[in-house]
Amino acid sequence: MATTITKTETLVGKRIRRREDPRLITGTATYVDDIKLPGMHHACIVRSPHAAAWIKGIDLSQLKDMPGVVAVFTGADTKDVGPVPCGASLPGLRVPHHRILATDRVYYVGHAVAVVVATDRYIARDAADKIEVDYDPLPAVADPEKALEPDAPAVHPEWPDNIAFNYHQEGGDVNKAFEEAEVVLKQRITSQRLIPTPMETRGVVADWKPGDKSLTIYSSTQIPHLLRTLVAGMLGLPEHKTRVITPEVGGGFGCKLNVYAEEALMGFVAMKIGKPVKWIESRRENCLTTIHGRGHVDYFEIAAKRDGTILGMKLKLIQDLGAYHQLLTPAIPTLSVLMMPGLYRFRNVVADIVGVFTNCVPTDAYRGAGRPEATHGIERMVDLLAAELRMDPAEIRLKNFIQPEEFPFATATGLIYDSGQYDLPLKKALDIAGYARLREEQAAARKQGRLVGIGIATYGEICAFGPSPATPAGGWESATVKIDPDGRVTVMTGASPHGQGEETTFAQIAADELGIDIDDVVVVHGDTAVVQYGIGTFGSRGTAVGGPALYYALQQLKAKIKRFGSMLLDSSDVTYGAGRCVCAKTGKSVSLAQIAAASYRAMKLPENTEPGMQATYFWEPPNFTFPFGAHLVVTEVDRETGAIEVQRYVAVDDCGKIINPLLVDGQVHGGVAQGLGQALFEQAVYDETGQLLSGELTDYAVPKASMMPWIESHHTETPSPVNPLGVKGVGEAGTIGCSPAVVNSVVDALSPLGVRHLDMPLTPEKIWKIVNA
Amino acid sequence: MKRQITVTLNGQPRTDEVEPRLLLIHYLREVAGLTGPHIGCETSICGACTVELDGKAVKSCALFAVQADGRSVLTIEGLASDGTLHPVQEAFWNEHGLQCGYCTPGMIMAAKQLLERNPAPTDQEIRHGIEGNLCRCTGYQHIVNAVRAASATMR
Repeated sequence: MATTITKTETLVGKRIRRREDPRLITGTATYVDDIKLPGMHHACIVRSPHAAAWIKGIDLSQLKDMPGVVAVFTGADTKDVGPVPCGASLPGLRVPHHRILATDRVYYVGHAVAVVVATDRYIARDAADKIEVDYDPLPAVADPEKALEPDAPAVHPEWPDNIAFNYHQEGGDVNKAFEEAEVVLKQRITSQRLIPTPMETRGVVADWKPGDKSLTIYSSTQIPHLLRTLVAGMLGLPEHKTRVITPEVGGGFGCKLNVYAEEALMGFVAMKIGKPVKWIESRRENCLTTIHGRGHVDYFEIAAKRDGTILGMKLKLIQDLGAYHQLLTPAIPTLSVLMMPGLYRFRNVVADIVGVFTNCVPTDAYRGAGRPEATHGIERMVDLLAAELRMDPAEIRLKNFIQPEEFPFATATGLIYDSGQYDLPLKKALDIAGYARLREEQAAARKQGRLVGIGIATYGEICAFGPSPATPAGGWESATVKIDPDGRVTVMTGASPHGQGEETTFAQIAADELGIDIDDVVVVHGDTAVVQYGIGTFGSRGTAVGGPALYYALQQLKAKIKRFGSMLLDSSDVTYGAGRCVCAKTGKSVSLAQIAAASYRAMKLPENTEPGMQATYFWEPPNFTFPFGAHLVVTEVDRETGAIEVQRYVAVDDCGKIINPLLVDGQVHGGVAQGLGQALFEQAVYDETGQLLSGELTDYAVPKASMMPWIESHHTETPSPVNPLGVKGVGEAGTIGCSPAVVNSVVDALSPLGVRHLDMPLTPEKIWKIVNA
Repeated sequence: MKRQITVTLNGQPRTDEVEPRLLLIHYLREVAGLTGPHIGCETSICGACTVELDGKAVKSCALFAVQADGRSVLTIEGLASDGTLHPVQEAFWNEHGLQCGYCTPGMIMAAKQLLERNPAPTDQEIRHGIEGNLCRCTGYQHIVNAVRAASATMR
């Protein structure tokens, strides 16, 4: 629970309850669907029921006399808008032209074909049902491996092989490593498609002001500024006449790190009808048309010596891209490749990615974005190796970890790991779990015929995206700090938090640096007309890149505060602390409010100093950060039902310096829930014709409270040298550590039955069939 | 054909003309302007729309507004009284029982109902009691802590 803070304490490192919560727990926060503008209309989108089809005609005649129907637009009307942008570039990448409404052909179930606008949400929905689209269905392919077969239907007729790109990366001498190996193991490992499922679906309100020729878009997004830049481009508007407001966002997890057709489409509609228009995605639309995550088929090979020393690794990665590239679609599997060495010392790696088009909704960033897939594969391979060599899974990891004195460590994939003590979280997890005793209990349980497993996964992450040259759109972050004449402080962050709690953690940082009460700080974000340009919140970067930007803005302002303090106290020897400038000689002091007031009144100014009390800093990180950790999971399989009970879940995560342990635990719990969802329950299921069978929450198994174990969350704190706060990021840690730990545990439980590997999700049906085979 | 309904909303009676097909959640949000309850799934799985109807927690996306005629509805907006948070609200705040906040109004209403039925639930009973409400952010652990803490305060 939260701790109570006295006014003299520093705040960083404390369990402070969140400052954003009062509006959220009273139902007074404003999400997109809560916005009501005068004259606002409602849009409903007609979507393809076919995964592939020609559009032979669209009959709008039944709309003619429908009261309340204001307008309807089809692909013929919007073909000059767009295209939906792909921000990732890879050599030879094939980029299909992604229109905001389909024109002559649809490429996946849910593909938008028309939009109807009405005075009321219900009328818009009725009207959508009256639009008759004449389709000529075509063969479709939904499985990425089948899409690579020679006679597979072509998703895009211009590229019959369905290959969007091939990508090769290698480091060290892999052939030599595999020649010298005493053990080589191969395994096909899948990371199934997942539906990110934020509790708030997407939604857009667009408001065109004809007098100003300006457009305001309210969108549930993680990237308001990038969205503004890209949507303005799609609509042919100047950026300074385009404003994006991100109200409260009901969860993102990467799926709102994107620019979607509907964001431009609502802008287009608002401009056409001259009225504000709202579109709120239904849950079914969300499952069908918001990006999915993962979608890997990975062929791993590992080379090692018989003493357990890992020599190298090979990977052939088949990435299911879906029918189009969304913002970062093709870039996501390249992160998997970067992450391939994990926490281990081996420097021989080769990876080949095949990006494959399928008649499915695009995949893109979902919590972890490429790194959970890689970690899952690596950690499964290490466990397979341990089993082959009859080594303990903890011992084999400890043997191969990069050692603390080896940092900064250059990996075979071109990264420089910042800092780490990789054995610490693992040893701590083993200690907390009572590993030796657990193994004894497991042996005893096995004698009784019970299926008990102990699984370990250690992970590293690439976080704090990132140095700008390594990112598609700039990897810096910005902060403005302004102190008003009464001494109260406003922080404006370019990161656009949506549940992470930066209104609290950034206020902690600012209050500590300025020595003031946290109640005297507010944190503002998510409005491009108010906040300086920023990048956004994703890739565990909010605190790790946005935090340092704030820190440096505060340092600039503190220097200015001291210049004013020095002038007001008529002394060159002043210090600033606890909200006051103090003259060392006389002991006289002035408060921050007095200094701020003097800076605006400007009767007198320090030399070479402007009036006012405001600073903006754009911070370019010199490197990524690399959080790490160890998760240990005890499971028991029920022979009768195939159900898996998670009996212990120990997570030890090192995210560098911790600003607010309460919030860090929250991030770990939520991350683990999404990792556990992948390991045990969740799967986006397309049938062979490209129909999504898991298209509602009735069919897509998001974990419920009763399905989650108690998580024993612990930490080690290894500061990052990359930034002055020593922070590394924690948003994705739980997800990355979880799925391999759980699957390793269940494989261990079933190992007496000869099981070596299981692909996710480990549903009771799948497990029951194995146990009762 | 519209129908007239009278609903006591957070203690205040009001009368409106509504279409028979209007869902209770849309009535609350769009007619009465109470946007605290949210829409998450439209299939009564997620519970973001949970409100109390005559003292019982219901999913307002699975009821018509006309079914609330002559009855009383309590939403998250009606929970705090005279600026004092309900103990369940206070506990969600103290225990960090929310992140994005979207499921929170429904989750709090479900938790309140659970504690009224069972003032001292075990952790397992709490998890079972809020099973009809999905949260994608917290992994539920801090929510369980919050409900346990609220139970202690309310007893």
